[in-house]
Amino acid sequence: MNASLFDILTIWLQRPNFIAFIILFLWGLYIMIAHHNLIKKLIGMYLVQTSVIFFFITVSAKAGATVPILLNGESVDPALYANPLPHVLMLTAIVVGVATLGVSLALVVAIYRQYGSLDEEVILKQLGE
Amino acid sequence: MNVYANLSLVLLLILTAAGAILIKDLIGAVLVLGSYSFFLALLWAWLGAVDVAFTEAVVGAGLATVLFLLALFLTVPLEQKGQLPRGQWPAFVGLPLLGILLLYIAEDLPKFGDPLSPSNTHLAPDYLMHSLPATKTPNVVTSVLMDFRSLDTLIETAVIFTAGIATACLLRTSRHDSHTR
Repeated sequence: MNASLFDILTIWLQRPNFIAFIILFLWGLYIMIAHHNLIKKLIGMYLVQTSVIFFFITVSAKAGATVPILLNGESVDPALYANPLPHVLMLTAIVVGVATLGVSLALVVAIYRQYGSLDEEVILKQLGE
Repeated sequence: MNVYANLSLVLLLILTAAGAILIKDLIGAVLVLGSYSFFLALLWAWLGAVDVAFTEAVVGAGLATVLFLLALFLTVPLEQKGQLPRGQWPAFVGLPLLGILLLYIAEDLPKFGDPLSPSNTHLAPDYLMHSLPATKTPNVVTSVLMDFRSLDTLIETAVIFTAGIATACLLRTSRHDSHTR
């Protein structure tokens, strides 16, 4: 029993960034579902987006590797450079994420103009009337 | 790539995220979220993703914070006292299940910084070796983004354009909307 618990802890400690990803992702998702303020919900959404990007960048990291900018073109050793493909995907994801954030903030402002509140319960009460 | 520097940055990241969630004053929460983005950019530069770090510092720490602050100036900057909304049982049942599942699959993921993980050995070495002869660009991220995936990057501007149109339509105040408060 002790050995297996030690093994599990070792598995988690060898992947510290994945544990951090789980904390950020679940906390952001919980805030998106359970918080009553709409701006706080969007802060949770931003945390979820960035935590997924963080996970991908962690996968691309290599021990003993540097930035993927080639110094000499004749003989490139791939072990010396970090994996560039997740970087490219995540550049796209960051820009699309901020576009989503902008649209949702505009939606929040439109909701505030209509209902005069950012509180989910107040808005639901007005919708039920 | 020092593991301890990575760990301290990750700790700062979780602390600033907790601040952004727990602070009641919404302007304060948004500014703490900006510092969270900044620490994220530092961490990514540390992990070797400088292009992503630049983009996050400009778009995440800069533009997203400005967008949040603009939305707050158009609404109320203080979070009113309110009880938890009803119908939360999906959060209390589903999220722990999801967390247990994610912790369970941790064993199958590559170790932190593993150079022999499948994602680092399968396709990426080909791009690293052949991008300079094919595109004459030393920065591999630029050559993949602007050359191998240039159509995708072009269509991405359509996403930004659509988001701009949607925002303009939502924020437009028309003369006929007399019922708008």
